[in-house]
Amino acid sequence: MLSRLKRDLTMAEAARTPGGARVDLLLIAEMVAPGARVLDVGCGDGELLRLLGENRGVDGRGIELSREGVNECVAKGLAVIQGDADTDLADYPNDAFDYVILSQTLQATRRPRVVLEHMLRIGRHAVVSFPNFGHWKIRLQVALGGHMPLTDNLPYAWWETPNIHFCSIKDFRQLCIAAGAHMEKAVALNAWGSPLRFNAPWWFWNLFGEQAVFLLSRRG
Amino acid sequence: MAETGTAPEISARSREADAPRDSLIARFGADRPLKLDAGVDLAPFQIAYKTYGTLNAARTNAVLICHALTGDQHVASENPVTRKPGWWETMVGSGRPIDTERYFVICPNVVGACMGTTGPASTNPQTGKPWGLEFPVITIRDMVRAQAMLLDELGIDSLFAVAGGSMGGMQVLQWAASFPKRVFAALPIACSTRHSAQNIAFHEVGRQAVMADPEWRQGRYLTEGGTPARGLAVARMGAHITYLSDAALHRKFGRKFQDRDKVTFSFDADFEVESYLRHQGSTFVDRFDANCYLYLTRAMDYFDLAADYDGVVANAYKGADTRFCVISFTSDWLFPTSDSRAIVHALNAGGARVSFAEIVTDKGHDAFLLDEPELFAIVRGFLDGAGKARGLPPGRT
Repeated sequence: MLSRLKRDLTMAEAARTPGGARVDLLLIAEMVAPGARVLDVGCGDGELLRLLGENRGVDGRGIELSREGVNECVAKGLAVIQGDADTDLADYPNDAFDYVILSQTLQATRRPRVVLEHMLRIGRHAVVSFPNFGHWKIRLQVALGGHMPLTDNLPYAWWETPNIHFCSIKDFRQLCIAAGAHMEKAVALNAWGSPLRFNAPWWFWNLFGEQAVFLLSRRG
Repeated sequence: MAETGTAPEISARSREADAPRDSLIARFGADRPLKLDAGVDLAPFQIAYKTYGTLNAARTNAVLICHALTGDQHVASENPVTRKPGWWETMVGSGRPIDTERYFVICPNVVGACMGTTGPASTNPQTGKPWGLEFPVITIRDMVRAQAMLLDELGIDSLFAVAGGSMGGMQVLQWAASFPKRVFAALPIACSTRHSAQNIAFHEVGRQAVMADPEWRQGRYLTEGGTPARGLAVARMGAHITYLSDAALHRKFGRKFQDRDKVTFSFDADFEVESYLRHQGSTFVDRFDANCYLYLTRAMDYFDLAADYDGVVANAYKGADTRFCVISFTSDWLFPTSDSRAIVHALNAGGARVSFAEIVTDKGHDAFLLDEPELFAIVRGFLDGAGKARGLPPGRT
C-alpha cells in the first residue's frame, strides 16, 4: 500500500527536473550530508537511494513493504530489505545511521509518533516528507464540498486509501514537539514542486504548501 | 586399490569417491589435517573441485559456490556420472548471473560427500577399505574449514562472493561468520541459521529408511557387497516431497493416472505422482552413496550458528563488512521466509549491509535451482553492485 502511493507519486508528471528526478527527492538529497549512512524507510523503487548514492556518495539502506519494490531495488544493486515501518524499525540498534528518511510514507503508518521516535533513535537526523492536509484545495473540498479530499497526489477514495494518518504542516510541528524532535530545517513545496518562499510564515506554508519536507534531529 | 569383490556399480561409486572424473583434486597430507568439530583430525584427505572462468591478476574476482545436500562440484558443466547438465547452469556460466566471463568460480565437493572429496565412500588409507561408518561425523563448519584450506592452496586470500542454497546457504552463513575478512559478499539462499525440529524430523525418517534396509549391513555394504537401494530410494522420495509444495505437486500431477484410465485396486503406481517419486528414488540411488546421505543430513541437523555465539546470531556478524543478499521463496516450507527474515534481523542488529528479497513462486524449496527470472535479476543486480564496490570492471549488459 505504501509503495502504491509512492509509485503514484513517482509517476506524477509534475515536479520533475529536466534530469527526471522528483523535486522533493532532490530536496531531501540536499539535506543529507555527503558520505553519510542513510536508512530510507519505505524506499519504493529505490529512486531516492540511487540519487543519494550517485550524487552524495551515501552509504544507503532501504526498507520497503512491497515485494515488487524490494526486488526491483535489490536488482539495481541497492541494499534493501522487505519490511514494515511500523514493526521493523524496532530491530535496528541505536545510532546505526546518520539519517533516517521517511518520504511520503508517514501518513500511511499505523503509529506515526512511534515511527518518528524510532527514526530519531536509530539515526542522528530524521528527514520526513509528507502531503500537507492543510493545503487550501483540501480545506475547500472538506469545508465546501463536504467530502473527503481527492487530489492528484492523494487519488484514493476514503474506503480504499492506504493513508490513515493525515496531518497538516501545523499538525506535524506538534508531533515534533511531542516526540522531542528539534526542527533543523523545513521546506514546503507548491503544487508544481517548487519550494515556497523560505521566509513565509507557517500559516502561509500550511495553506499553500502541497508537500513539506522536515529535517529533524534529536533534542539535547 | 584393495580387492573388494563387490558389485560393479558399487566399485564404480568407490572409484568416483577416490578418483573423480572431470574434476581437479587438492590433496592434503598428514602434515595438514582437517581439524573436525568432532574432535578428531582427518588426514590425509582430498577435495575434489571444479573451476570456471579466470582468476584476475589482483585475485579479487573469485566466487565460491557451495552445493546443497545431494549436489556436487559439477555446478556449470555436464555431470560425468549422470550425464546431465550442471546443477546450477541457469545461474552460473557465461553470461549468467554468476558470470564466468567476469568471475572465477570455484565449486568444491563438500567433506563427507561422495563425488571425490573425502567422505564415507572414500577409501580409508589405514585399512584400504571404504570408510563407511568409521568416518567421523562432520559439520557444516568442517565443510567450510576444508574449503578455506582449499582457498589457501589456490592462493586466494579473499573471496568476492560466496553463494549457495539450502545446505549451501548454511555454508555461506558459516563462511561469513568464520572468515568475515575473506568474504566480500554473501548470498545465502533458501536457508536458515539453524535446522528446525521439523527438518531434523524429516532427515531422521530418511536415515531410518536407509538403516532399515537389510542391505545397508550396518554401513558395511561397500565392503560386504549389496547396496541399500530401497532404503535410500525411500529416503529420497520422502525428502523430495519436502523440496516441492502442495501447489506445485497439484499443478504438475493432480490426481492424474499413470498409463491407465482408472484405479487398478492394487499397490501399483496408479498415480503419476507415485511413478514420479519412484523414478526420483531409483535415479538417486545410481548417483549417491547411502552412508554419505546419513553424514550430510546429520551435518545439516547439527547446524546452529547461534550456539557458537552465546545463543545470539547477531554476535556472529558483529561489525561485519560483508554485504549480504538473503533470498527466500514464498512456497518454501522447508526453509520458510521467516527463517530468512530471522537472518536479516540478526544482520541488521549487527549493522551489516543486507538486502533481502522474497520471491513469489509455487515451486517450493527447489525453486532456487529452477528457472526463476526474478532470482536471476536479483543475484545479477546484487553482484553488479558489489562488483562496483570491489572495483571489478563492469560486466556485459
